[in-house]
Amino acid sequence: MKVHEYQAKAVMSQFGIPVPKGKVASTPAEARAVAKEIGGRVMVKAQVYAGGRGKAGGIKMADTPEEAGEIASRLLGTRLVTHQTGAEGVPISRVLVEEVSEVHRELYISVLVDSTTRLPLMMASEAGGMEIEEVAQAAPEKIFKVSIDPAVGFQPFQGRKLAYGMNLTGKQVTEATKLMTGLYQLFMTKDCCLVEINPLAVTADGRLLALDAKLNFDDNALFRHKDIQELHDEEQEEPLEVQARQWGINNYVKMDGNIGCMVNGAGLAMAVNDLIQYCGGSAANFLDIGTLNTTDRVVNAFRMFVADSGVKVVLVNIFGGMARVDVIAKGVVEAYQQMDIPFPVVVRLAGTNVDEGKRILSESGINFIEAEDFYDGAHKAVQAAKGQIK
Amino acid sequence: MSILVDKATRLLVQGITGGEGSFHTQRCIEYGTKVVAGVTPGKGGNQILGVPVYNNVERAVAETEANASIIFVPPAFAADAIMEATDAGIPLIVCITEGIPVMDMVKVHSYLKGKSTRLIGPNCPGVISPGKCKVGIMVGEIHLPGNVGVVSRSGTLTYDVVAQLTSLGIGQSTCVGIGGDALPGSTFVDILNLFNVDNDTKAVVLVGEIGGIFEQEAAEFIKGEMTKPVVAFVAGSTAPPGKRMGHAGAIITGIAGKASEKIKALSAVGALIAPNPAEIGLTTKRVLDRIST
Repeated sequence: MKVHEYQAKAVMSQFGIPVPKGKVASTPAEARAVAKEIGGRVMVKAQVYAGGRGKAGGIKMADTPEEAGEIASRLLGTRLVTHQTGAEGVPISRVLVEEVSEVHRELYISVLVDSTTRLPLMMASEAGGMEIEEVAQAAPEKIFKVSIDPAVGFQPFQGRKLAYGMNLTGKQVTEATKLMTGLYQLFMTKDCCLVEINPLAVTADGRLLALDAKLNFDDNALFRHKDIQELHDEEQEEPLEVQARQWGINNYVKMDGNIGCMVNGAGLAMAVNDLIQYCGGSAANFLDIGTLNTTDRVVNAFRMFVADSGVKVVLVNIFGGMARVDVIAKGVVEAYQQMDIPFPVVVRLAGTNVDEGKRILSESGINFIEAEDFYDGAHKAVQAAKGQIK
Repeated sequence: MSILVDKATRLLVQGITGGEGSFHTQRCIEYGTKVVAGVTPGKGGNQILGVPVYNNVERAVAETEANASIIFVPPAFAADAIMEATDAGIPLIVCITEGIPVMDMVKVHSYLKGKSTRLIGPNCPGVISPGKCKVGIMVGEIHLPGNVGVVSRSGTLTYDVVAQLTSLGIGQSTCVGIGGDALPGSTFVDILNLFNVDNDTKAVVLVGEIGGIFEQEAAEFIKGEMTKPVVAFVAGSTAPPGKRMGHAGAIITGIAGKASEKIKALSAVGALIAPNPAEIGLTTKRVLDRIST
């Protein structure tokens, strides 16, 4: 789960990480008031779940409170399009108004779990302000890493290694070690997937300051962090994905094509989308229906397809294991009974109770296109999308 | 022959009295697996499906000599269950549970270090050696005993792959689902290593997906160690970056996580790449035809 920058900074400051003075504002008047309170020049930063805000015009400097208010009124209520968002962008409902600090150097620090060592990994680099993958390509010698043993936690020598690696000196080394210890504690305490400060500024007067802050939380651990759950901003998500979750379909990702897909299992669902592309078409979504004992979720999946104006054909591909094919088939029939299905539906069934599933579909009298196997399903869906079969 | 599970497997089920636990215990017994014990704290002394239930794993092992465990415990308690089975000295643990917090798994891995227990999963369909033993939730009937090893990060995609193989008359030595999480107990390399020294495995089918670098690690192993042909497919060529595609581990966060990069790495070391997921069986057949001539 993602959170906004202003929320990430608030959580970081609970763990002793120094962040710029600032406040979030949701109206131009509030932005003006915050700027006045801070005094002097301020940054006005659009709060969205996407990177690349600066280049997209979502971060501006204001010399006066009036200018801060003007910038806020230009940003608020609009949508920001960055290289990480689709063409439709993401809505700006809040701006963070912050003091401007004189920056001497820009550094990078992050914590994540390394899948090779299966341990928390802290990374630091003096090449802050750019994406770490670019640094890894261009100047890998500038990235320093330490693996942390969860039994003993982050150690001071590890902090010194990273701090010296970033060419910090004197008191800054101690300060950086303290900051890193706080970051590690935050990472562990709040069940994060990623903690990232990029850039971490060294100010003209030698202090360390988190100019930007990114936190991603482990969805599987949210059950034990009610405070973090509450930070979630649904408005930043694709509306169809929010709708899917409300209808009990947790694994739905909206995509650009016109073939709506309903599949059981994440790997198979990805493979179905790949196969559709191989056959010359493209999927409108990724949808793993999961394991089910009732037909509701199947009916709701069809509601999703009807709600998505991009869907021209639906492909149902089920290989029953835990999920029973007969339950899925009943769900498809119920969907036809409950709503007007305006597109062709291709169905491929295999696995647990497949004969019963096929019987339910054929005896229902609904008009669907039967597919023999995995390939046939994708192939027929692509043909139907091109209007070659009905 | 086969790897991990066979006729000598004596299975213990953690979470045997739950809905999923009892349902799949029944299926495993029907397949011929020797289920010797179940564990559900507080339900010790009872019997379910003719299997004695114990309050803890240590006691169950002492009385039944169980040598493998399958875990159906809910996500919040699953890490504890894995460590309990490890502590009792069980050499093979298969964890089916989906949704275990990553930090819990970090602790589990730290706990497993230096111990001889092998963990498969979590968030996986389990392990089956066709005709011998099933320790998992996969559909037994689609499998056929034979000489191709299957290792996969997926569940249902693996069923499709196995069905493709079986329909072409290609049997399997063992099929291992390593699971869709970011921190699996066993990786492709671990399982390839086992298949490499298994006399009855002549070729291996590897089914990867986006996210992580497990496929690249597998490619390194294939290059240096593997003496048997490998057929590979990587799901998620069409997945957008930054989006979690169902599995916790299936998210492209960097260049290495892309399907194209993984395919490139596997192809470079001589693995045969199936052109699409519906032709994994056919690609395997071509490889087998080649090595038999």
